[in-house]
Amino acid sequence: MTSVAPSVGVPLPSPLGRQRTGRFGRALSDYLPALVAFVAIVAIWEFAASRLQTRPYVMPPPSAIINALVENWSGGRWPLFASAQHTFIEALGGLVIGTVIGLVVAFAVSRWASARDAVLPVAVAANAIPIIAIAPIINNWFGVLEPLSKMMMAALLVFFPVMINVTRGLTQVEPAALELMRSYAASEGEILRKVRIPNALPFFLTALKVGATLSLIGAIVGEYFGGSSEVVGRIVVQSASALRFDVTWAAILLGAAAGIVFYLAIVVIERVLIPWHPSVRGEERQ
Amino acid sequence: MTSRQNDVVVRASGVDKSFMRDGQVVTTALSGIDLEIRRGEFISLIGPSGCGKSTLLRVIGDLTAPSAGSISVNGKPARQARRDRDYGIVFQAPVLFDWRTVEDNVRLPLELLGQSRAQRDGRADEMLALVELTDFAGHHPYQLSGGMQQRVAIARALALEPSLLLMDEPFGALDEMTRERMNSELLRIWQKTGTTVIFVTHSIPEAVFLSTRVVVMSARPGRVTDVIETDLPQPRSDQTREEPRYFERITQVREALRAGEPSRSSEMPP
Amino acid sequence: MHRSPRPATDDAPAHGRARRILTFVAFFLALLVLWEGAKLLGGDPWRYFGMVWRPPLHFSFASDLNLPHVWDVLGAMLRPVQRGTDQSLGAYLVGASAYTWREAAIGFVAGAMLGISLAAAFVHSRLLERAFVPYVIASQTVPIVALAPMVVFAFGQDVTSVVIIATYLTFFPVTIAMIVGLRSPDPRALELMRSYAASSWSVFWKVRMPASLPYLFTALKISATASIVGAIIGEGPGGIPDGLGRAIINFNQQYVSGPEKLWAAVVASAVLGIVFFVLIRFAEAFTLKGRPDAVIA
Repeated sequence: MTSVAPSVGVPLPSPLGRQRTGRFGRALSDYLPALVAFVAIVAIWEFAASRLQTRPYVMPPPSAIINALVENWSGGRWPLFASAQHTFIEALGGLVIGTVIGLVVAFAVSRWASARDAVLPVAVAANAIPIIAIAPIINNWFGVLEPLSKMMMAALLVFFPVMINVTRGLTQVEPAALELMRSYAASEGEILRKVRIPNALPFFLTALKVGATLSLIGAIVGEYFGGSSEVVGRIVVQSASALRFDVTWAAILLGAAAGIVFYLAIVVIERVLIPWHPSVRGEERQ
Repeated sequence: MTSRQNDVVVRASGVDKSFMRDGQVVTTALSGIDLEIRRGEFISLIGPSGCGKSTLLRVIGDLTAPSAGSISVNGKPARQARRDRDYGIVFQAPVLFDWRTVEDNVRLPLELLGQSRAQRDGRADEMLALVELTDFAGHHPYQLSGGMQQRVAIARALALEPSLLLMDEPFGALDEMTRERMNSELLRIWQKTGTTVIFVTHSIPEAVFLSTRVVVMSARPGRVTDVIETDLPQPRSDQTREEPRYFERITQVREALRAGEPSRSSEMPP
Repeated sequence: MHRSPRPATDDAPAHGRARRILTFVAFFLALLVLWEGAKLLGGDPWRYFGMVWRPPLHFSFASDLNLPHVWDVLGAMLRPVQRGTDQSLGAYLVGASAYTWREAAIGFVAGAMLGISLAAAFVHSRLLERAFVPYVIASQTVPIVALAPMVVFAFGQDVTSVVIIATYLTFFPVTIAMIVGLRSPDPRALELMRSYAASSWSVFWKVRMPASLPYLFTALKISATASIVGAIIGEGPGGIPDGLGRAIINFNQQYVSGPEKLWAAVVASAVLGIVFFVLIRFAEAFTLKGRPDAVIA
């Protein structure tokens, strides 16, 4: 999801509502539809699952899932909390490793135009590889039982969007801005600090949002190809084969919750770091 | 200072500029430009699209190197002048940085010069007062109108007290009313700072109203075909726009432009 | 909008293409050199033509088990896939790739259509957008790999399940990009259509859709890979015996006796991903012929 540039960041409910209704009214008109949709979906699901379903166990009603979540929270055959914790740490570790390496390579590559021209298409092509196929090999390299092997899988998935997006952000600077800096006889270092890095921030944060979900996918794919059993990926596979779909859904819910936590954390960082960017201002096309 | 009043700020001699592709010349943007600009002058470069007026501005500002000939600014090569931060530049687009407030945008060149925070703040305040945007110091560029953004760009360009202000169609994107107001504003600033201005424009009335001299250029290859003194009294005001002499000069520039035009049929698509 | 002509350093097409291909070849060779270089420095002893080279260092990742020689992987492609069959590993992987690609392609088309329809609905209704876009985004935080066993259980162990998983991974990038793309036309173009009293149907097909194409293709290039990922992931729980996903799982189990096979399957997946990507790239170049490529990265 790399080349969908910052403008395609995230259409969270736009904070630019009708001007007259005031702050509260605006928040209401932004989030109310989503809230109503949520309640409606859960209600319909609950109803359909408990009344209509011919195979009631595939999609258990939300109440049963919540039940499973509570019952298996801290131990037993499906230790949900511990598993979510392990998977979360694997994903977070992978996100950090992948981001750091992605940043380092992006800065190195964007320093030289010729290096960038050479590396960027290759990175884009490499990103077209279904990297998850490498998961078993990564497991073999870093030890199938080690959390590190899952982290490296996640890191590999995170690396490409970060590297590609940040390279673009550092290099796709308005030519007039560079001319302006040139007219001030600014050094490359000054241009980097005052123009390129701020320009790359929105690109970076977009990549992080993509990377946040990718890191979880990477961790779970790694788990899927073997390793500790107290992780979300294994719980899902094992509970599904034991036909305990309420537990499966509870585990999926936890995985999704981890993803949402990552995502929201990045949205918060974004509000702090780039309050000026159109995607954060929620501005419509003018 | 008075002895420097008639100093030459810019001297261009025999400047050529051609653009190459695969080792072949694809466009001759400038050919044999000779030009002398004295301190305190307000020079407009006017001509049809593709006559190289923007290129000439860029060559003078050392944003691009000439293919032949030489440019000296304040008696130095253009490159040295740029290193000495003798230039202020205003483009057609304001080129303000979204991530900086109005004030911080104006401070940018001062930061690059390594001035202390106190110096910077004082100077930035002064510049914003000059363009009458003091109340908007803490705003972000996207909160301002196009005309206001361009005034911020002018404030930023003047922050370093440049001896030469280069303006590349700065008001081209503004509506006529705003443009006239900005013209008066610019003249006020020019008078107050006494800086030398080179101003690229498409608009004949704008060139005549603003300038002490209008340099008329023609296209393919870009060269100077005429230089017209606009001897309208200073300071100029809205009255100036109604004086007969103003219209005479406009006519004179228009005829000069027409004389430089080779023939209709040779016009090429952009 | 007068602009001085740009210095003509921007890529001249013919030149650029040759250079690009050369770069790819150079990178590929560099990768091979790195691969074998690591083995030369820190792998297992090399025994060829009766001579032995003992690498001075020891990297655990460069052992013959963890990183087989390039030629061993290539050699494995030519040998039978398992004892008692004539079919070579290479031929088997080509067949598996084609099979997986078929699943992925069906999911890709379905996902693209779903994505476009959703985006069209969201663009025309603020309310729908507010109500559902957050969940479209949230849907991506649900790790599809975790969902795969459930999908298979619900839809049965056959290709349908795999296609559904591929669809699920495809629709998201398309939806998000198309919301932006369908909103991208110049407002004046929309006003022009309004002045013709054009129906929103014709506004959609004559203005919004053409304007969104560059965005669509940007998303499709991402989705091409995603659909293959979905197909590979889905084949495991889906119990599909003919595709790459199953090959990877099987060869992973046989890793100790023949690591080359897993590596060969990984190479096949990589090639498949790149081929699909390049196909979409060609379709993009064909469709957007003559447009300035401002939006295309």
